[in-house]
Amino acid sequence: MTTLDSSKEIQKNNSEVNEKHEDFRMFGLITFLIADGMTFAGFFAAYLTYKAVNPLPDGAIYELELPIPTLNTILLLVSSATFHKAGKALLKDKNSDSQRWLFFTAFLGIIFLICQLFEYFHLPFGLTDNLFASTFYALTGFHGLHVTLGTLMILIIAWQSRINGGRVNRQNMFPLEAVELYWHFVDGIWVILFIILYLL
Amino acid sequence: MTISIDTQKTNNESLQPKGWLRYFSFSLDHKVIGIQYLVCGFLFYLIGGTLASAIRIELASPMSDFMPRDVYNQVLTLHGTIMIFLWIVPVVNGAFGNYLIPFYVGARDMAFPRLNAVAFWLIPPSGLMLVASYFVEGAAQAGWTAYPPLSITTPQSGQIIWILSVLLLGGSSIFGGINFIATIIKLRRPGLKLMQLPMYCWAMLGTSLLVVLSTPVLAGTLILLSFDIIAKTGFFNPVLGGNVVVYQHLFWFYSHPAVYIMVLPAFGLVSEILPVHARKPLFGYTTMVFSIMGIVVLGLVVWAHHMFTSGTPPWMRLFFTIATAFIAVPTGIKFFNWVATLWGGKISINSAMLFSCGFIINFVFGGITGVALAQVPFDIHVHDTYFVVAHFHYIVYGGTVFIIFSSIYHWFPKVTGKMLNEKLGILHFIITFIGFNLCFAPQHWLGLNGMPRRVAEYDPQFQLVNQISSLGALLMAISTIPFLINVFLSVRNGKDSGDNPWNALTPEWLTSSPPPVENWEGDAPLVEEPYGYGKQFSEQK
Repeated sequence: MTTLDSSKEIQKNNSEVNEKHEDFRMFGLITFLIADGMTFAGFFAAYLTYKAVNPLPDGAIYELELPIPTLNTILLLVSSATFHKAGKALLKDKNSDSQRWLFFTAFLGIIFLICQLFEYFHLPFGLTDNLFASTFYALTGFHGLHVTLGTLMILIIAWQSRINGGRVNRQNMFPLEAVELYWHFVDGIWVILFIILYLL
Repeated sequence: MTISIDTQKTNNESLQPKGWLRYFSFSLDHKVIGIQYLVCGFLFYLIGGTLASAIRIELASPMSDFMPRDVYNQVLTLHGTIMIFLWIVPVVNGAFGNYLIPFYVGARDMAFPRLNAVAFWLIPPSGLMLVASYFVEGAAQAGWTAYPPLSITTPQSGQIIWILSVLLLGGSSIFGGINFIATIIKLRRPGLKLMQLPMYCWAMLGTSLLVVLSTPVLAGTLILLSFDIIAKTGFFNPVLGGNVVVYQHLFWFYSHPAVYIMVLPAFGLVSEILPVHARKPLFGYTTMVFSIMGIVVLGLVVWAHHMFTSGTPPWMRLFFTIATAFIAVPTGIKFFNWVATLWGGKISINSAMLFSCGFIINFVFGGITGVALAQVPFDIHVHDTYFVVAHFHYIVYGGTVFIIFSSIYHWFPKVTGKMLNEKLGILHFIITFIGFNLCFAPQHWLGLNGMPRRVAEYDPQFQLVNQISSLGALLMAISTIPFLINVFLSVRNGKDSGDNPWNALTPEWLTSSPPPVENWEGDAPLVEEPYGYGKQFSEQK
């Protein structure tokens, strides 16, 4: 059973093909993530250029408080580890363990988003205040969008890895592996973002 | 890991719409999707061509008397956007890529058929949205480059619809690119080596790499631009402390590779067509492959040559001038290879061959002016004049559109099983070639003498040359008539072509014409020498 099998249309169109072929869905996903990474690269390039050549108006605040983003970095790093645990558990056919780890990962993602929103509400600048503020919100917001989508996908595969009637299991690891790769990617982007935006 | 594909046989035929109806369905067949791309693109080409005619009518006289100035701006913006994002890019990548690549790699379909269909079906709605924006509050007026602050200060609704439409088209392009990379790298038939692939596969691989690496940057940039327009942030608004040059850098990081996204597939297609009609192997296969990859790498690091008048620092000018001039090397290699392919060949003078030769002639002109434009002193003189317009159209019309027509003449028998009428085809070529050169060659002179582009009015001293150019545009408009008549007549009662009318050796001709749903009866053939012309026939004798 694969997710492909669940699609009736694919079955119809491949009905004549009685053969096995290599699974290149992961290859496609990696290509997509490279493309997605280029979007972030564009944003980072814009931010660094602004930082280098565009002076901010007098009195603009561009120093950021570090505690919340540091906590967020830790949350995401831990969540990557817990996601990995979920995959390991599923490999050993321990579906309910896997499900627990997945829910815990999603929980960490939600905490991350709450912390992010808390930071937004307590920052001394708004979206349109100055160039730094706009770029800050654009970068963290675009990343937050990725975390939101990732959390939703984790919840979906957590639900799908239930024992009775779930589609994600040891025979069909791809959905879990795909979301895991995506989650590590979002995690890695956050680390770069944290260094460039908060530490530099 | 392998996927087991369901072995249960269901009756595929009865579940899919048949006949022409399947071209309006969410079909997963790569051949149907290819034709969908082609026909959809051609309809938008007719719209974009009508807009171009409107521009040339306006420019036949020095005053703006045919339409108001703001309408002129909308027309030129729509013309540029439609021609690039809805005609050239989808057709030269999506249409021919989808139709040919699975044949060339010996597969039954693309790697991700559903993603493929999604990529196509993003195009008609976003195209219609773009055209319809004219009727809302007027379309975007900032040109296809949408440079701020112009795009921030012109009416908002048109610009926002433009951004949304280009984002969707960019998404379609990225999905297509992912699909092509996966198909070419992963879906090759066992035993088929990379260096045995037909050249179009290499061209599409290079193009798709450019699409995947650069299109997302455009998407990010346009999102920031839409923030500037809607939320009044100041990314690109100098009044709010922003920086317009950053937009230009990010925009051209996509849009310079976009030029290669438009011409590299044409390079691939012409490399398929020339050997067949000259009955000779493609000259210098390996150098062709390396020059394509060289163009891909260099194409990513030359973008700032569009910005020599944007206060670019001297070191940047130096670097980008040299990098741009370097692109002439791989491109030149390809040209010499094509000429060497023709040299001493048994050339049949048919429409496909004529259009390919027209491509070579026009593209040499466009290439030479391109090298000239890379030189800073010259570029500063002709920046934003008609010289740039002439150069660009020699590349994309004289280059890519000629190849699109050439490919239609070459692969029409494959798709329909019918031949196109050669007399009408040659007539089409003659009118297009004369009309095109009459339209755009004089614009070099206009630009050198300082006529700015994108302005509805001009100095009366340029009137005569502009009228010559408009006459050429009229011929170009007329040239589509014999083509359309030819296609309609040939689809209905053209001469039967048989399976392989050109005696070609590339894999797509080794199945029936038109091909069956899964491409091959039985296993896909292993074509180790797609261009082994002289060889194979001497062995047969």
